[in-house]
Amino acid sequence: MKAIVDGQKCTVCGVCSDACPMGAIALRENQVEISDDCSLCGICVDTCEFGALSLPEVGHGPSEDLGSYRGVWVYAEWREGKVHGVSHELLSAGRILADKRGVELGAVLLGSGLDDQMAGELISYGAEVVYVVDAPELAHFTDERYSKCIVELVNRKRPEIVLAGATSMGRSFIPRVAAGLKTGLTADCTELDIGDEGHLLQTRPAFGGNIMATIICPNRRPQMATVRPKVMKPVRMDGRQGRIERVELPSRCFEARVEVLEVIAEQDQTAKLTEADVIVSGGRGLRSAENFHLIEELAGLMNGAVGASRGAVEEGWMAPSHQVGQTGRTVAPTLYVAVGISGAVQHLVGMQGSQVIVAVNKDASAPIFDVATYGVVADLFEFLPEFVKRIKRER
Amino acid sequence: MHIVVCIKQVPDTKNVRIDPDTHTLVRQGVESIINPFDMFAVEGALKIKDLNGARVTVMTMGPPQAAEALRETLGLGADDAVLLSDRAFAGSDTWATSTTLSAAIRKMGDVDLILCGKQAVDGDTAQVGPEMAALLDVPYATFVKKIDIEEPGFLKVLRQTDEGSELWKLQLPALLTVIKELGEPRVPSLRHKMRAKKAEIAVWGNAELGLDPNSTGLCGSFTQVVRVFSPQRRTNRIQLEGSIENQAEQLFQYLKKARVPGL
Ligand SMILES: Cc1cc2nc3c(=O)[nH]c(=O)nc-3n(C[C@H](O)[C@H](O)[C@H](O)COP(=O)(O)OP(=O)(O)OC[C@H]3O[C@@H](n4cnc5c(N)ncnc54)[C@H](O)[C@@H]3O)c2cc1C
Ligand SMILES: Cc1cc2nc3c(=O)[nH]c(=O)nc-3n(C[C@H](O)[C@H](O)[C@H](O)COP(=O)(O)OP(=O)(O)OC[C@H]3O[C@@H](n4cnc5c(N)ncnc54)[C@H](O)[C@@H]3O)c2cc1C
Repeated sequence: MKAIVDGQKCTVCGVCSDACPMGAIALRENQVEISDDCSLCGICVDTCEFGALSLPEVGHGPSEDLGSYRGVWVYAEWREGKVHGVSHELLSAGRILADKRGVELGAVLLGSGLDDQMAGELISYGAEVVYVVDAPELAHFTDERYSKCIVELVNRKRPEIVLAGATSMGRSFIPRVAAGLKTGLTADCTELDIGDEGHLLQTRPAFGGNIMATIICPNRRPQMATVRPKVMKPVRMDGRQGRIERVELPSRCFEARVEVLEVIAEQDQTAKLTEADVIVSGGRGLRSAENFHLIEELAGLMNGAVGASRGAVEEGWMAPSHQVGQTGRTVAPTLYVAVGISGAVQHLVGMQGSQVIVAVNKDASAPIFDVATYGVVADLFEFLPEFVKRIKRER
Repeated sequence: MHIVVCIKQVPDTKNVRIDPDTHTLVRQGVESIINPFDMFAVEGALKIKDLNGARVTVMTMGPPQAAEALRETLGLGADDAVLLSDRAFAGSDTWATSTTLSAAIRKMGDVDLILCGKQAVDGDTAQVGPEMAALLDVPYATFVKKIDIEEPGFLKVLRQTDEGSELWKLQLPALLTVIKELGEPRVPSLRHKMRAKKAEIAVWGNAELGLDPNSTGLCGSFTQVVRVFSPQRRTNRIQLEGSIENQAEQLFQYLKKARVPGL
């Protein structure tokens, strides 16, 4: 199977051929030819302004009574007794979806020795019901137990939508939940909405952030998505009412062939890149490890974290845990400052979701400027001290 | 010990740049590479082979030319290669991909350890590993940076989380998804390269796997891409001008207006 070309509509303009990530579209004399390399990704379909391309129509119809699934759920992640920011964000986003569908918003809390305070917090962010599973086996996260518990809860209560944060925990165990429920899962979404037919429209970056795709799960329930932290807006609504339901699950949900021997917290708090509101990153332009104190000072002034390009990490100036990009962390802070970083695509994919991007580079043609909100063409060794001085003047 | 490494051929992003005018991808001929994370997985398997002895099979689901990717890993020292290739597999989402890959693992029968990359750099979902583990009903750990085999039948792994690291013990058979810290890939040796050139690569289609055609490829997928578009890029970049002091002042004012925390 491959994409289908309508020869009547095709003008052989070549736009689809340029857009095809598989290189599967060749331009012939007066027609477009699609090779067996076609992965049916559908990118060409959208780039064609003449509507000449389409995907073969297949897929099995709804497998069961989809209408019997109702409600929106958020998996509530927590650390050291505190609800993770992404769960606040998801409850607020879930609230909007639940209102559009006219259904209840629920939160699921798994752990050991959970008090009602955390559940209360989830209610204040929009949940109408909080399902709590409290068991000593859930004290430490393991994919097996956590996924079995959620699968069991979903089978009992049948929500139509299940959302979780695209954190290291969510991205690790939510796929197992989806597979256990035999349903689709969309990864790392940045936008959620309800379509005309009532389906969840899940929008996510792919191909390293170079394209966006909107994905639906038309024939299975629940519709599941992990959502990137710091994208949705958390809205606290105090004085809300909700109920807390403590649920007992059978012992098979707590069986596991994995044992957590040790949890080692990261010593270096500055590496907490994914949660920072401000990140200042340095690249090869810094010339030495010592010079990173310029980056650290600026980050410190804004309560930010320190990031690095792979260039700087490879030089040994920064630990790998600071690396931003394709093989490092993906970040989306309010402010990202790139200093002495050229802006290779592998770096850009890790930071282009940031709200405000400042680029400091002496080379005006550096690709980092393509994604910058504010561009500073200057020698970093002159500019940084001056900028730091300016911030300090206000203190 | 039989280790299967799952690798995926992906478009090489090295030559990819974003056109500053059109804000679309610029690609100078799409070349394919092995997903970088999968190279770390291959290295991890070969390290176990060096230390403890193991048979390493590499496997990919893809078009016929993905055989080249398999050959490349044979050149590094992998023992066998299996290519899962069939038009019926095209258009798979992660569920259909996992269904096909795990059917092949079941067909092999004697697999002790499955290694995957943390994620593929094109689809970027990081879902195939965990979904395969669920379908095979084996324990798994994600984002693994160190593997130790001390006790027969068990693995000790160190995994990277957002908060730090965790030391886990898993019962075999198991599945791991791995990250860069596991080790950069070795260079191919001449001996292995010679063997790789001549090696026979098994090709399994759906006839060999015997899956219901409705459960593979586009037909077997639960998710459906309905729209693809270019992300909105900043077209209104503000280029600061003037003396260094001037630029510092402007930037400070802009960031203050943008309510950057801490300013
Ligand atoms: C598979 C793969 C994965 C990768 N993953 C990542 C990743 O996760 N993250 C990542 O960052 N990279 C990654 N890379 C590497 C990436 O391609 C680049 O090589 C890397 O990002 C370059 O780092 P850099 O910008 O610091 O260095 P360079 O490209 O050398 O850029 C240095 C910049 O500093 C500027 N400069 C120099 N001196 C000054 C000065 N005095 N004042 C101001 N500016 C100055 C220069 O003009 C230049 O633009 C990956 C590559 C591959 C192939
Ligand atoms: C724009 C776009 C968006 C998409 N979004 C989604 C989505 O949200 N949800 C979804 O279910 N599908 C999605 N897909 C489909 C998905 O890309 C494919 O299913 C793909 O085959 C596997 O997913 P991945 O590339 O994300 O791999 P990942 O899950 O990121 O890969 C992890 C590891 O699994 C192994 N692996 C993956 N693929 C193969 C293979 N073919 N052969 C051998 N080993 C492999 C490798 O070890 C790899 O490192 C999307 C596709 C496109 C084009």
